[in-house]
Amino acid sequence: MEFRDYYKTLGVARNADAEEIKKAFRKAARKYHPDINAGPEAEAKFKDVNEAYEVLKDPERRAAYDQLGQEPLRGQGQYQPPPDWNGGFSFSQSGPHEGEAFSDFFETLFRRGAGPTSGAGAARGPDSHGRIEITIEEAFEGAKRTLSLRSPVIGPDGTVSLQDRTVSVNVPRGVAEGQHIRLAGQGAPGTGGAGDLFFEVAFAPHPIYRPDGKDLYLDLPIAPWEAALGSHVTMPTPDGKVDLRIPKNARAGQKMRLKGKGLPGHPKGDIYATLKIVNPKADTAEARAFFENMAQQMPFDPRAHLGG
Amino acid sequence: MKKTTLRSEVVDTLSLQDLCRFCHADEAWVIELVEHGVLDPVGGTSSNWRFVGESIRRAKKARRLNRDLGVNTAGVALVLDLLEERDAVMRRLALYETP
Repeated sequence: MEFRDYYKTLGVARNADAEEIKKAFRKAARKYHPDINAGPEAEAKFKDVNEAYEVLKDPERRAAYDQLGQEPLRGQGQYQPPPDWNGGFSFSQSGPHEGEAFSDFFETLFRRGAGPTSGAGAARGPDSHGRIEITIEEAFEGAKRTLSLRSPVIGPDGTVSLQDRTVSVNVPRGVAEGQHIRLAGQGAPGTGGAGDLFFEVAFAPHPIYRPDGKDLYLDLPIAPWEAALGSHVTMPTPDGKVDLRIPKNARAGQKMRLKGKGLPGHPKGDIYATLKIVNPKADTAEARAFFENMAQQMPFDPRAHLGG
Repeated sequence: MKKTTLRSEVVDTLSLQDLCRFCHADEAWVIELVEHGVLDPVGGTSSNWRFVGESIRRAKKARRLNRDLGVNTAGVALVLDLLEERDAVMRRLALYETP
């Protein structure tokens, strides 16, 4: 397991007082909060910051941590890495959630019975949250994911161990970004039964499409003659090829709507194709002659509206 | 490693109780969010409120902002509105930044 330098994570000196630590934490928490700063890096950073604060805000934990000294942590003999500890994926995306695992370093050293996982009383365990990233194509076809989860589990004797398990999640066709998928009874355990496990669906960045709800936006490159004369172009979409009519004298930036070709569902989304006129390169003598000919033949001043 | 295969379902609506469990909050807090217009449930009285789509996402965000950053309800309402405006602007900006 890896040693964690919690002072470095929060950017404070080892002799920082409680106020400084709180201030540093609040600042970092605002900066990296996953709801304010999307992206996996901010998310990981936010979790690190919370873990560091979880230890440093508590005088006892901090004292214990200080005793470990600085890395490398060797021959201390006071901790045993759990078997198979390098399992990787943790399913919560923020803060010290109920039922969430921090780093192995934290879980091994600081999660000793008492902690955010205990105290549920005779109630059902709390719901847990995670995130599933799918491609836009998968939203059309449906997807299946097998996820490894790691969560702290309280044993009958009150000790806490990390449990790894895998769950299969079916992402149905037509799911929209931000929708949640529920796995009933797969959340954190409690004396009154386990809570539910929820996954929020996110779309992976796509090289062509930008999603907005059920609609998809893209840039559609067309040749100058296709724009000027009007034409039919064949455009691939995740739902199959479609024939799109370009009107005569189409302008760059003009938006074409392909009704019902967006993400599936009730109602279906649309595709909005923004026309982008792309010039062929004049890199042969023939092409240059052609452009020169056009320049002479066509009285066209694209800057006429600028005046002067 | 234990392997489990389970039925998964897309969440369409949540009741007030479901939503409280979903975001680890009590009813008073959710009602406050409704009163501030952060959440917009379907149904007349709180006992038959149904939270759908965007309200579920917003409740989750609101809870995290409240819990992680100590933002109060009025602040959460403001932050969520501004974040939505920002996201809309970012999406528009993305239209002009061709990859």
